[in-house]
Amino acid sequence: MTGDRRHIRLLVGLGAAVLLLLGSIFSIQLLDDRYKQDADRNSTVYETIYPTRGAIFDRNGAVLVGNKVAYDILVSPREVKAFDTLALATALGVTPEFIRGKMDEYHRKRASIGFQAVTMMRMVPAETYLRFEEVKYKFPGFRGQSRGMREYPVNAGGNLLGYVSEVNQRYMELHPGEYRSGDYAGMTGIEAAREQDLRGEKGYHIYLRNARNQIEQPFKDGTMDKEAVPGKNITTTIDAQLQQYGQELMAGKVGSVVAIEPSTGEILALVSSPGIDVEQLADIGKHYNEIAKNPYKPMYNRAVQASYPPGSVFKLVNALIGMQEGVLRPEMRYPCSHGYHYGAGHKLGCHGHRSPIDMTESIMMSCNAYYCYVLKNIVDNRKYDSPADGLDHWNEYVKSFGFGRKLGSDFPAELAGSIPSSRTYNRSYGRGRWNSTTVISLSIGQGEILATPMHLANLCATIANRGHYYIPHIIKASEGIEIDPRFYEPQYTLVDTTHFPKVIRGMWLAVNAPAGAGGTARVAHVDSLDICGKTGTAQNPRGADNSVFICFAPKDNPKIALAAYVENGGFGAAYAAPIASLMAEKYLKGKTSRPELEKRMMESNLMDRVKHD
Amino acid sequence: MTELRTHTRQSVDWWLIGTYLVLVVIGWLNIYAATHSSEPGSLLSWSSRAGKQFVWILSSLGLAGAILYLIPPRMWESGCIPFYVAVLGLLVLVIFVSSDVKGSHSWFNLGPIRFQPAEISKISTSLLLAYVMSQQNFRITRWKDFWTAVLIIGVPMLVIIGESETGSALVYAGFIFVLYREGLSGWWLGAIGLVIILFVGTLRWSAYWSVMLMTAMLLLCNTAEGPAHLRKGRLLYGGIFVLVMGAFPFVLRHVCNKVQAHMDFLSSRVWVPSAHETYHYTWSFLLDVNPLWVLLGLCGLALPLLAVWAWHQKDRFLAISLGVWLAGVALVSSTDYIFQHVLQPHQRSRIEVLLGLKEDPSGVGYNVLQSKIAIGSGGLFGKGFLQGTQTTFGFVPEQATDFIFCTVGEEWGFLGCLVVIGLYTFLITRLVLDAESCRGKFTRIYGYCVASCVFMHLFINVGMTIGLMPVIGIPLPLLSYGGSSLWAFTLLIFIFLSLYRNEKKYF
Repeated sequence: MTGDRRHIRLLVGLGAAVLLLLGSIFSIQLLDDRYKQDADRNSTVYETIYPTRGAIFDRNGAVLVGNKVAYDILVSPREVKAFDTLALATALGVTPEFIRGKMDEYHRKRASIGFQAVTMMRMVPAETYLRFEEVKYKFPGFRGQSRGMREYPVNAGGNLLGYVSEVNQRYMELHPGEYRSGDYAGMTGIEAAREQDLRGEKGYHIYLRNARNQIEQPFKDGTMDKEAVPGKNITTTIDAQLQQYGQELMAGKVGSVVAIEPSTGEILALVSSPGIDVEQLADIGKHYNEIAKNPYKPMYNRAVQASYPPGSVFKLVNALIGMQEGVLRPEMRYPCSHGYHYGAGHKLGCHGHRSPIDMTESIMMSCNAYYCYVLKNIVDNRKYDSPADGLDHWNEYVKSFGFGRKLGSDFPAELAGSIPSSRTYNRSYGRGRWNSTTVISLSIGQGEILATPMHLANLCATIANRGHYYIPHIIKASEGIEIDPRFYEPQYTLVDTTHFPKVIRGMWLAVNAPAGAGGTARVAHVDSLDICGKTGTAQNPRGADNSVFICFAPKDNPKIALAAYVENGGFGAAYAAPIASLMAEKYLKGKTSRPELEKRMMESNLMDRVKHD
Repeated sequence: MTELRTHTRQSVDWWLIGTYLVLVVIGWLNIYAATHSSEPGSLLSWSSRAGKQFVWILSSLGLAGAILYLIPPRMWESGCIPFYVAVLGLLVLVIFVSSDVKGSHSWFNLGPIRFQPAEISKISTSLLLAYVMSQQNFRITRWKDFWTAVLIIGVPMLVIIGESETGSALVYAGFIFVLYREGLSGWWLGAIGLVIILFVGTLRWSAYWSVMLMTAMLLLCNTAEGPAHLRKGRLLYGGIFVLVMGAFPFVLRHVCNKVQAHMDFLSSRVWVPSAHETYHYTWSFLLDVNPLWVLLGLCGLALPLLAVWAWHQKDRFLAISLGVWLAGVALVSSTDYIFQHVLQPHQRSRIEVLLGLKEDPSGVGYNVLQSKIAIGSGGLFGKGFLQGTQTTFGFVPEQATDFIFCTVGEEWGFLGCLVVIGLYTFLITRLVLDAESCRGKFTRIYGYCVASCVFMHLFINVGMTIGLMPVIGIPLPLLSYGGSSLWAFTLLIFIFLSLYRNEKKYF
C-alpha cells in the first residue's frame, strides 16, 4: 500500500502548489508594473501648486487681464464626521440642501472617490473663504485651496480676451495628459490662443500619507517637489483706451470696428457689438446661459466671424484692379444717370450727382455706374478668352488683398469670407451662360462677395501702405513671447504700388472735399488729421442697409486704419463714418473734438432695427 | 508493536525546531514592521502587538519545552479520545457563549486572553484520526473505515462551519491528503479537483463548456486506465459522444445562424432550461425547439447505449465514469442554486471578486487589491525593513494577522517571499519525510496531519493575499500575530516532534 510511494506524489504536488504561489508572486512583484504605480498613488499625496496665470497687457502696458485670489472648497468625504450642515452652509453662503446634495453625491461615488479630496465649490471669493476659515476646525474633511482668478481692470475687449473655465471631459481628451479634472484653461479668444504661454506649469508638493489620508511627512524631505512655474505675460497690440472707446461708441448697435496699425499689422482695437462684458468673463459659469440665450449672440465675434457684403468700399479694389489691368485710367470719365443701364430695361441705381465724372470723383461721390463700367471692362477684357477667364483674373487680384481667405491672423476662429470665381457662376447659370452683366453687382461690392470687417480693415491698411499689408495680429512679441515670422513679412497685392495714390486722393476728397463738392464722408472730417475714407452702404436682405466705412489717417505715413460696420445703420456716413473717425481722432489726438457727434453715437440705439433669427 | 525503551540514540529533529524558530522570529519582526507606525513602542514593549507577540513566542517556547521534556509522548495516543470529545464540546459551547467577532462565533473571551477552540480542534482531530487509522484492522478502502475517518474529520468541520468560520473549516479538507497517503484511491483527489473545476468553470464561463471539459477529462482517464481491449472501445464510443456533443453548438449555429438567441446557452452561466422559456421564437416551428432539449435528448440516447456497452464488457471503470458524468451534470445544473442560496452573501461576493465576475474595489475587492499593491510594490529586493508604505500606513487590512504576508512581500521583496515560502516548504517536506521514516503508523499519520494543516494554511493564506484564493480569514502559521494560532501550531508541531523522538528510541 505504501509501496506506491505516495509520499513522493504528495511532495511533487506540494512543489507544484509552491511553484504556483511563487509564480504568482513573481508576476505581481517583477512582471507587472501596475502595482508599483498604484502603491505610489496610494501612499503619496500630491498637493498641486497652481501657477499664477500670465497677465495680459495692452500695447501701452496697461493691464487688461490680471489675477486675483479666489478659493476652492475641497472635501475628503472619508474624513468628514457628522457636522452641522446649517452652520457650514451659512459660512459658505449656500443652502443646506446644496451641501446635503453634494454629500449624497459623494456617498454614491464613494467607491471612485476613495480617499481623495474632491472640489465641492469653486471660485469662492475671499470674503466667503475667510468666514469659512474661522469655523473650519468644526468641519474635519473640509479645506480651502487658493486659486488664481481672472480680474479685469478695464472693460475692454471682452470678446477678444476670451474666458477661462474649468476643463471638461472633451477638452481633456483633446489635450491628452495636459489637464486634470478641476484645472482651468482658456476657452476662447487670447486666453485660448495663448493658453500654452499663459497657463504656466503646475508644481506639486509630495507628502506621505496613511490609509486615513492623514499626512505623515514630506516625501523624501521635499526633494522630489516641484515648484510651479508662473505663466508668461502676454502683451497684446490692443490699445485699451481705444478699445474701450470703440465699445462705448458701438453700444446699442450691432456690428464691429477693427483698427489696425498699417505699418505693422497690429490690431489696435477689435470691437464686436454687442459683446461680452469683462464682468461676465470673470465668472463665465454664472453668466454662460444668459450670454448663450441673448438673441444678439454676444459671444459671436463679428469682427472676424461675420461675413457681410462689403458694399461700396469694395469699389476701391475694383478701381485698383482696373488700373492695373489697363482698362481704367484715372482720367477716364463715365456717365451716370441715376445708375447704370444694361440689358433690356435693367438698371443698377445710383444717387443723384453730377455726371460724367472721373475716377477720383467716383470714389469721392461713390458712383455706382462708374464701377459697372470698370467691372465690365475688367471682365470683358479682350486679352482674356471669355468673361469667365476675365472674372478669374479679377478673383486672383481680389484675393491678393486678403479677401476670400483667412488672413492668417493669430486670432482663432477667423472666417474666410468668399470671393466668387467663374466656377461660382458656372454652377448657378451653366458654363458660358452668363456674362459681365450677370455679375455686375460685384462692381459695387454686392452680390456673391462676402468679407469680414477684419478683411475691410486690412484693405484699408493695404491702401494706407500703398500696396502691401502685414497680417493683422493681436499679440505683440515681448519678453519670452515670440510671434510667428509671417507677421513681419509685408504681403504685396498684385496691383502696382503706383496706382494707390490715385485712389487715396479720392478717399481724401471723400472726407475732406469742401462742402457741396459731393464728398460722401464729410462727417468724418477732422481738422489737421487728413483722414482718408470710403463709405459703403451694403444691402441687408433683413432690413435697413448696413452702414460701412473704412478710413486711415493721416494721409501720409498713416498711423491707423479702421473699418467700421454697423448692421442696419443705413448710409455709410450715418454711423460707420462718425464712429470710425471718432476712434481715429481719439487714437491720434488722445481726445475728441466733436462732443455732440460722440454723444449721438454713444446714445443711439439701433437694436430694434436688427432682425435676428 | 511493543515499546522497548532501551535506546536513546536519537534526539529531537533540530532542523524542524530551527525552521520553526526562524519562522517565528520572521513573524515577530514583520508584525513590528506592520504595526510600528500605528502603535509606537519597541519590539519588546507590552503595549504594542509586536511586544505581545514576543510574550506569545516565549510562552510557546515554554509550551514546546514542556511537550518535549515533561509530557510523556504516550499520553497523546492514549488520551486522544477524551481530548477530541472535550474539544468538540468546546467547539459547540463557543457558539452559545462567544461574542460576535466580525460575524463569527468562535472566540472564547477569558479576560485579557481570547482563544479559538477551532485552533485546538485541528490537534485533537489529527490525534484521533491518527489513532483510529493506526489500528491494526483499519483499511481505508473499506467503506466502514472510510466513513469513520470522514466522520472524525467532518464533525468538527461542520461545527466550525456552524460557527461561521468557514475558512478554518476549509483547512480540514487538507486531511484528504492524509487519507490518500494511507491508501485512499487517488480518484477521490481527482473527484475533488473535478468539483472545483466544474464549479469555477460554470461560474466563470458556461455550463455547457464545463460539461464538455468534464466529458473530455473523463474520456482521457478512460483511455489511460484499464486493460487495452477496453480502452480501445471506450475511446471509440466515448470519442463519438464527445465529438457529437462538442460539434452540436457549431452545427446549430450553422443551421440556424439567424437565431442568435438559441445560442445563449453557450455563454449562459448556468444551464437552466427554464431560462429559455422567455424567448419568443417566431421564425419557424423547427426553430421553436429549444436546442438544449435536443442536446439533452442526444445525451439521453447516448448514455444508455454506453451503459449497456459497459455492462456487456463488464467495464466497471466506464460505468463509474458514467455515474461521475451524471453527477457532474447535476452539480453544474445546481451550481447556480448552490451559489445563490447555499453560500452566504459575503462568501458569494468573495468568490465573485476572485473569479472576476464582479469589480468591487471598495468592498471585498479592496482588501485583495491593497494586498496585491503592497506585495507588488516590493519588487525583487523589497523596500527594506520598516520602509514599507502600504503595510505600515494601514492600507492593507488585518496587516498583522491574516495579511502579514503583505509586509514580507513589500519590505523584503520577492527574495523575502522566496525565503519564507522556502522555509515553509522545507518544514512541510521535513515533516513528511520524518513521518515516512517512522515505523509506527500513529506517528506517521499524525505527521501527515500536521503537514497537511500547515500546507492548507500556507496555500490559502498566501493565495488569498495574491488573489489566487478568495478572501478566507485564516492565519499564516507561526507568522501571523495572535497567541491562539501560535500556540496551536506550536502544539501541533511539537507533539509530532515528541512522538518522533519517542519513535526513534526503538532503534
